[in-house]
Amino acid sequence: MEKRDHIETREEYRTKENEVQEWSAYQKLSDNVLFTSLDKILNLGRANSLWYLLFGTACCAIELMQTGGPRADLDRFGSVFRPTPRQCDLIIIAGTVTLKMASRIKILYDQMPEPKYVISMGSCANCGGLFDLGYSVLRGIDKVIPVDVYVPGCPPRPEALTEGLLVLQQKVKNEKFLVKEKKSI
Amino acid sequence: MNNIAITLHNFIIENFGIDINLSLAISYFLIALIFWSFLGVIGGLLTFLERRVAGRIQSRIGPNRVGPQGIFQMLADGIKLVLKEDLIPALADKPLFRMAPYLCVIGVFSALVVIPFSSDIVVADLNVGVLYALAITTMVVMGILMGSWASNNKWSLLGGLRSAAQIVSYEIPAALSVLSIVLITGSLSMQDIIRAQGAWPHQWFFFHNPGTFVAFFIFFTSALAENNRVPFDIPEAESELVAGYNTEYSGMRFSFFFLAEFANVFIISSLAVIFFFGGWQIPHFLISENHIITNIIMIANFLFKTFVFIFIVLWLRWTLPRLRVDQLMTMCWKYLIPISFICLCITASFVLFFGGKSMIAVFIGRITQ
Repeated sequence: MEKRDHIETREEYRTKENEVQEWSAYQKLSDNVLFTSLDKILNLGRANSLWYLLFGTACCAIELMQTGGPRADLDRFGSVFRPTPRQCDLIIIAGTVTLKMASRIKILYDQMPEPKYVISMGSCANCGGLFDLGYSVLRGIDKVIPVDVYVPGCPPRPEALTEGLLVLQQKVKNEKFLVKEKKSI
Repeated sequence: MNNIAITLHNFIIENFGIDINLSLAISYFLIALIFWSFLGVIGGLLTFLERRVAGRIQSRIGPNRVGPQGIFQMLADGIKLVLKEDLIPALADKPLFRMAPYLCVIGVFSALVVIPFSSDIVVADLNVGVLYALAITTMVVMGILMGSWASNNKWSLLGGLRSAAQIVSYEIPAALSVLSIVLITGSLSMQDIIRAQGAWPHQWFFFHNPGTFVAFFIFFTSALAENNRVPFDIPEAESELVAGYNTEYSGMRFSFFFLAEFANVFIISSLAVIFFFGGWQIPHFLISENHIITNIIMIANFLFKTFVFIFIVLWLRWTLPRLRVDQLMTMCWKYLIPISFICLCITASFVLFFGGKSMIAVFIGRITQ
């Protein structure tokens, strides 16, 4: 038997053609004036109220607390902390993630309702950082949960985390919420 | 009887000439819609106000990015909460879980029925208004207990049980301190209580006699405790129970709990104003021929006083630490209830000996003799 991975039958070709048509219909619908302006309003609302989880894994959490404090006030951008993952839109992984903690973070992430975002804060959460060679350290939180914004630094200053939040707000504003984008044709 | 729904009903009958029952239904529905949305907006506004006041107190700024000075922050929060996934835990008791937030909101919002905004604007001036207001706000505890039990979560359950114990206990001093007001007026109707007071501070029940003076502080403390506000927020203590009774609630259902709490802040502040600070009463020279202008001044006066108390509630929240459970119960049963009984006795003897005259009136009478 020869492999037929790259050879398309007639039916396969047709379904693909249909998909292309559907995709263009999607695009037309999503570029509609009404949907885009409604999307913009909804996204503005979502971007300006990203509540984050009261959660820190290591020393970056101290900087996270500072970011909520008077000098770099996250509340200005509508971000307050909530203690329970059910009411959060954003989880900030602040600090070294050990292998034992990784499974717990996965649970916390799964408990958050959609739409949810992740900021990876500091070198340890980004890639293992200083403790990269440790036997018990996870080399980057993106091995467990999908990350939206990486904030470099060891630890990042409150200004850097604020910048990270603003970048995330930009990302949320540019999303299409009402009409889901098709990932691939 | 001054009843805004009846006024609207008469207006509809005169101008449109439709069936009486239909007109009654329409007018009550419209009034309910107006008042509920009013309280909804007030509740939303208070979340913004709270965050700004918190910002000031902690030398931060608070939300200031959405709209001028961040006034539309509540809209952003609202949009986000509506769009969030409505998550119901797999092991939760689903019907109860769904019902609980509505019970909370209904309990708080129904108290608005008896709250008079001016001499004419009140949904229904019930002759058992005080009893009604005290009873219907207790429905919140059912919602909280129901939600906490249905969540099937240990933090929720602990929070709900604490809340039930707290609200039921603090209902007693609140009712007893209001009872001394009822002793003076001899009526349970809110409008009668306000009419028995005057516009100036010496005519308020707050300064009526030493009993009512202390009774106000007891009422305000127990109302705060009934509302689960700091320093009595042990049902949702963040450092002990994750988020208390609303741990498992997400999106719009959570925001109903939130809205109920903030609407309750408005309700308790307005009750304090009505019972002890003269409600909508305005001085005589401000009462003009034009009925509408008089009413507007009354409403402004009432809302101003209410917002002063709302500010005090927010101020307390960001100033005081949280009480422990046993301290909370001790404070209620060992101190507040006996003191409120003493206040009741003092007020009763005052009414008996001076014929319902206020402390200051008696004093001035003695001097002028």
